[in-house]
Amino acid sequence: MKQIAARIAWSVGLILAVIVMCFSLVHLAPGDAALVIAGDSGAGDPELIEQIREDLGLDDPYLVQLSRYVGDVASGDFGTSYRFNEPVTSLIGDRIWPTILLVTTALLFAIVIGVLVGVFTARRPESPVSHGVTVFSLVGYSMPVFWTGYLLIIGFASNVRWFPVAGMRDVRFEGNRFEEWLDIAHHLVLPALTLGLIYLAQYSRLSRASMLEVLQSDYVRTARAKGLAERKVVYKHALRNAVIPVITIAGLQFGALLSGALLVETVFNWPGLGRLAADSVFQRDAPVLLGVLICSAVLVVVINILTDVVYRMIDPRIRVGGSS
Amino acid sequence: MAAAQPELGSPGRQALRMFLRNRAAVFGLVLLSGIVLMTLFGSFFYDQDPTRIIARPLQGPGEDGAPAFGTDYLGRDVLAGVVNGGSTSLTVALVAVFLVVVIGVTIGALAGYYGGWIDTLLMRFTEVFQVLPALLFAMVIVALFEPSTRTVAIAIGLASWPGTARLTRAEFLRLKNLEFVKAARAVGASDFRIIWRVIFPNALPPLIVSITLIMGAAILFESGLAFLGLGDPNAQSWGQMIGLNRQTFLNGWWTVTFPGLAIFSTVLSFSLIGDGLQDAFNPKLRGR
Repeated sequence: MKQIAARIAWSVGLILAVIVMCFSLVHLAPGDAALVIAGDSGAGDPELIEQIREDLGLDDPYLVQLSRYVGDVASGDFGTSYRFNEPVTSLIGDRIWPTILLVTTALLFAIVIGVLVGVFTARRPESPVSHGVTVFSLVGYSMPVFWTGYLLIIGFASNVRWFPVAGMRDVRFEGNRFEEWLDIAHHLVLPALTLGLIYLAQYSRLSRASMLEVLQSDYVRTARAKGLAERKVVYKHALRNAVIPVITIAGLQFGALLSGALLVETVFNWPGLGRLAADSVFQRDAPVLLGVLICSAVLVVVINILTDVVYRMIDPRIRVGGSS
Repeated sequence: MAAAQPELGSPGRQALRMFLRNRAAVFGLVLLSGIVLMTLFGSFFYDQDPTRIIARPLQGPGEDGAPAFGTDYLGRDVLAGVVNGGSTSLTVALVAVFLVVVIGVTIGALAGYYGGWIDTLLMRFTEVFQVLPALLFAMVIVALFEPSTRTVAIAIGLASWPGTARLTRAEFLRLKNLEFVKAARAVGASDFRIIWRVIFPNALPPLIVSITLIMGAAILFESGLAFLGLGDPNAQSWGQMIGLNRQTFLNGWWTVTFPGLAIFSTVLSFSLIGDGLQDAFNPKLRGR
């Protein structure tokens, strides 16, 4: 428990460092925010530009601007989007849930199926399926995720119309709450599959490797020697230990998963954070970009802490070692 | 685990023999050579300007008068794009990986070798980069600075080095207390010499594997950025082709399928080579 508290304390410092670095990066970048805000029509008006500069405090020294930004972020204010002229906090608030829905679905799919495949193949290491996992893991890892998305659309949404091509809801949708959820789930299948496939490929191989190792360990031999049914040995004794590396890697890869979501959201027009960032890039909408960067970093940090907690729950050695 | 002791014969030569016996790895090497040759010399054999409009838009492969891979949404030759699109991706990946190695290895080596507060400081610094989703971070850098090939390479390098730093650090931690390092220290070698001439060569095998895989990842990274429209608009690349045909791909599967196949094959070749190297350096882990 103490270690978790220390992790959380350190994480706050980490986020602060991320904010400082990202803010400085934006500050270093060439270009004038006032010109961006004024837009094409206002850029010729020096008085308007001066007004904007003053309102946003763009002429203040760097450290003053930085401390103001940190203070604002700490109170939940990420500034106003140049493009939407709306608070960044509410933009992110609208867009973060679709991303979380997409990412967690993809991750759960990859972990659950991946571990099942891993266990299955570890018990038959020389079977064709087992060799297939090796091939699949290399192929899955090497496919650009946006390409996978288009192939799945061509295969399952265009030729046979099993799933919608894009979006999160049907615009013509009418119905009750439950049907609304079904509609979203229907839209979620292809994007989540696209994003999950890469990780499914990696986790099958990873969990097969750790399962193979665990199945040869002494305590599994003991469990077998005392006459325990093979099913029980595998699912009760071995599985728990084989899952640990998968959970660890999944936690570590969460940032990469968010990066993948950025591309998948673009392919499927999924209204998430990545789509928001990709749309804001060309407008150089710095407050939105900064906000999305910082929020993603917070998500990654939170997931890392959660991984740590789950890890302790699964592996009693760490738990016991931690409390003594 | 026991320290990796070289067996009879030069370990490098043994690893090479192992590598060449691995069919998948050799296939990867052949595939990569083919792609590099196509990128370097393909335009001599398939002499078509990828930017010129040569036929009706969205003509499929096999249609009358269409080029082998069809035409894109503007009527440009998709095959010409595939032949010429690799140079940007490969150049960017090379430069980015160079940066990753320089930054990652230096930070990891110093942290692992010196330990103590230097280690703490450097690793905390690394963590700041590690919690930022790499693609998002690189995208913001490219967008805020200029969308040139150089910026893209730098951005990918800046976003990708933490893994290499951690790996190098782990290797240095493992190696720095071994006999041969102590021996070097006993005869009065300087820190600089111990880090770069004594420990570093011994840390190379896992680093080489990881660098091969990072090459593949950098290509995916570059194609992702190009797909989103970030990068030099005049430098044609596979990812950019897919991005540009985004609106019309339902009317022409070939416009996204072939460029994607090119990216996939390139990354796959690096994955196969990396996998083969891993097995060659670490025979015990084979088949995992």
